[in-house]
Amino acid sequence: MAKARADIKPSSPNTAQVVLGFLGFRHAGTANWTDNLFFGFSRLFALAIIAMTIVLLVVLFQGADESIRKFGLGFLVGTDWNPVSEEFGTLPTVIGTLVISFVGLLLAIPVSLGTAVFIALYAPVRLRTPLSYLVEMLAAIPSVIYGLWGLFVLVPVIRMVQIWLKSHFGWFFLFSGPANYGTGVLAAGVMLAIMITPIITAISRDVIRAVPRSQIEAMYALGATKWETVWNVVLPYARGGIVGAAILGLGRAIGETMAVTMVGGNAFRLVTSVFDPVHSMASQIASEFTEATYSLYVSSLIYVGLVLFGITIVVNLLGQLLIWRMSKGRVTMLE
Amino acid sequence: MISVHRKVSAIKTLFALGMAGILTLSACSPATPSSTPAPTQAPASATVPSAIANACPQKGVKELTGAGATFPYPLYSKMFSEYNTLCGVRVNYQSIGSGGGIAQLQKRTVDFGASDGVMSDQQKQQAQGGPVLHIPIVAGAEAVIFNLPGVQRSQLKMTPDVLADIYLKKITKWNDAKITALNPGVNLPNMDIAVVHRSDGSGTTFIFTNYLSKVSKEWSDKVGFATSVKWPGDIGGQGNEGVANQVKQIPGAIGYVEMAYASQNNLTWAQMRNKVGKYLDPSLEGAAQAADVASLPDNMEIVITDSDNPNAYPITGFTWLLVYENQADAAKADAVARLAWWMTHDAQKYAAALEYAPLKGVAATKAENLVKGIKINGQPVLK
Repeated sequence: MAKARADIKPSSPNTAQVVLGFLGFRHAGTANWTDNLFFGFSRLFALAIIAMTIVLLVVLFQGADESIRKFGLGFLVGTDWNPVSEEFGTLPTVIGTLVISFVGLLLAIPVSLGTAVFIALYAPVRLRTPLSYLVEMLAAIPSVIYGLWGLFVLVPVIRMVQIWLKSHFGWFFLFSGPANYGTGVLAAGVMLAIMITPIITAISRDVIRAVPRSQIEAMYALGATKWETVWNVVLPYARGGIVGAAILGLGRAIGETMAVTMVGGNAFRLVTSVFDPVHSMASQIASEFTEATYSLYVSSLIYVGLVLFGITIVVNLLGQLLIWRMSKGRVTMLE
Repeated sequence: MISVHRKVSAIKTLFALGMAGILTLSACSPATPSSTPAPTQAPASATVPSAIANACPQKGVKELTGAGATFPYPLYSKMFSEYNTLCGVRVNYQSIGSGGGIAQLQKRTVDFGASDGVMSDQQKQQAQGGPVLHIPIVAGAEAVIFNLPGVQRSQLKMTPDVLADIYLKKITKWNDAKITALNPGVNLPNMDIAVVHRSDGSGTTFIFTNYLSKVSKEWSDKVGFATSVKWPGDIGGQGNEGVANQVKQIPGAIGYVEMAYASQNNLTWAQMRNKVGKYLDPSLEGAAQAADVASLPDNMEIVITDSDNPNAYPITGFTWLLVYENQADAAKADAVARLAWWMTHDAQKYAAALEYAPLKGVAATKAENLVKGIKINGQPVLK
C-alpha cells in the first residue's frame, strides 16, 4: 500500500466520492481509491449472491404457503399425490430422488476416480490434455440431449440388462420389479452417473495432482509399487477433495430434471426395486407445473421445490462435515 | 423588364401556392370508412350473417392474444394464419396447456382461452371477469395404442370395462380370459401389460379419464377424472410423443394418444366398443358422430365420451374456446366475437385436413348460439 505523501493533499469530496463513500468504498478520492473500489465491488457482488438466495427462499415460502398451511410437515411423509381429491405428499419423490442420485453416485465414483488417477498418474504426458478435454466435454452436453440419447439408446440396453439380471438374480429383492420397462431407477441412475462423471473426474484429478511429490517419492524410496503408492498414500491424502468432488456431483444429480424425466419412468410410487419406474422431485415439478389447474396444486408443487432446496442444502452440509472430518490439514479443494 | 430578384420571388410564391393547393386537395379526399359497416352485411335479424366481411373486427383491433390447450394447436395455428391473411389481424396463441390457458383467462391477461376440459366450479369462481362461455370449436378422438408382436392395427378389440380394468391394474396379463374372449382369433401371449399414461397434465388425459369414469364405477370412485390424476400404474410419458415412444419400445405396453397423432405416426391402435355395441376404429367420422347428439346442453359444457350416437367413437371430446360472457372493452368484444364466429363457421373447413372433426348439426347450432351470447354492456355483440 502506498503511504500517503505529505505533499499530496486530498481535495474536498465531490458528489461521486460522497456517494461511493456512502456505499462503503472508503478513501474515495485518495491514492488508494481504486483498490477500495475493487474491494467494494467484489463485496457488493458477494452480498448480491447471498441476497439472491434469501430472495429465492422467501419466494419459495410465499408460493408454498397455501400448501404448507394445509399439510404442514405431514407433506414430507405423505405418500399420496391425488390432484382429484386434493391430497398431496412428497415421500415417494424424495425417496426416488435420493435413490437415483445415490445409484448414480455409486456407479460414477469408481469410473471417475479411475479416470482421474489414470489421467493424473498413469497417462503419458501428451495424452493428459486431450483426455481431460474429452471428459470435460461430457459436461458441456445439454441434459435434454442426454435425455433423448437415453430414451433411444440407453433404455433398450438397460432393458436387456434388466431382463438378464431378473432371469439370473430375480430372487434378490432389488431385482424383483418389472424388468421389461427399461425406464426406471437403473436407467436414471446410469444416466446420472454419466452426467456427473466429468465433474468428479475434473476435481479429483486436480486434487490428486496436488498431492505433494515428497510423499510419493518417499513411498517409492520404501520400495512400494505404483499401485501401493496410489492406494496407500495418494488416495488417502486426497480423500477430502475427492469426497468434495463427489458431493458436488451428488448436488448436480439431485437437481437433474430433463434427463430423469425422459428415462426415469415418471411413476409416483415408493420404489422397492431397481427396475421400478420412478419420479424425482425435479421431474415431477417439470411434468406437472404447466398444467397445475388450481392454486393448491401449484402451491404443492412449489412446496416440493422447497423440499428439494432443503434436501440439497442438507446434503451439501453433510458433505462439508464429512470433508472437514476427513481432511484436517490435508489437500482439499473446497475449504 | 422584371428584375431577377422579382422573378425569383414570383417563382417562390407560385411554388408555395402550388404546394399549399396540392396539400389542401389531398386532405380533402374522402376518409376511409372505419365504423360504417361493409355493404355486404346482412341486416340485423334471424338470418345468419356469415359473409367474409363480417369475420373481421370492425372496431380497429389489430391484435388478439389467447392461450391454452396444445391439442388443437396445429388447427389454431392454421386458422390464425388464415385469419391474418383475411383480416390483417394478428392472433397470438400460446399453447401452454389447458391449465395455463384457464389461469391466464382467470387473470384476464389474454383475450380468450382454450381448453380440452370443462372448467371446474372452483376455476369458474376464480375467473375475475365473471361467467365464462365454453364455445366448442372441433372434436377430436383418442386412440388406444398397444404393442403386441404380430398384432396389427385394428386387429385388437377392446371394451370399456376391460380397458378400465387394465388401467386399474386388475387385469395384468394379455392372455387374461376377458381379453381373449373378445379376440378369439388373435395370438395373445402370456405377457405383462405395461400401462402407459401421461406424466404431464393434459386435456387428452381429461377426456380419457372422463371416459373411464363413465364406464367404470370403480374408476370413478378410486381415481376420477381431471387433466392430471393419481394413476394406479405404471409408466408416465411426457406428451403424446412420450406415451407413443414408451408404447413402441416396451413389448406388451398399452397407452392413449390423440387420434391425429396416432394416424400421422402409423401407430397400432385397438378398436373400441361404443355404447350400442359396435366396434370402431378412431376416426374423424366417429368423432363427428359422437358430437352429433340431440342431448347437448345449451352451455355445451359436456364431455362427449361414451356418446349415445350409434356411430360414435366412444373416446372423443370437444376442445373449447373460453370467452368471458360479459366483455369489458367494446372493441375487443367485437374482435373476439367475430373471431369466434369465424372459427365456428368459415374456418371449420380447415379442420378435416388436419384430422379434427368439424362441428355439425346440433353442435354447430349450439356453438353459434354461444357466440351470439357474448355481450358488451348487457347487449349481444353480434346482432
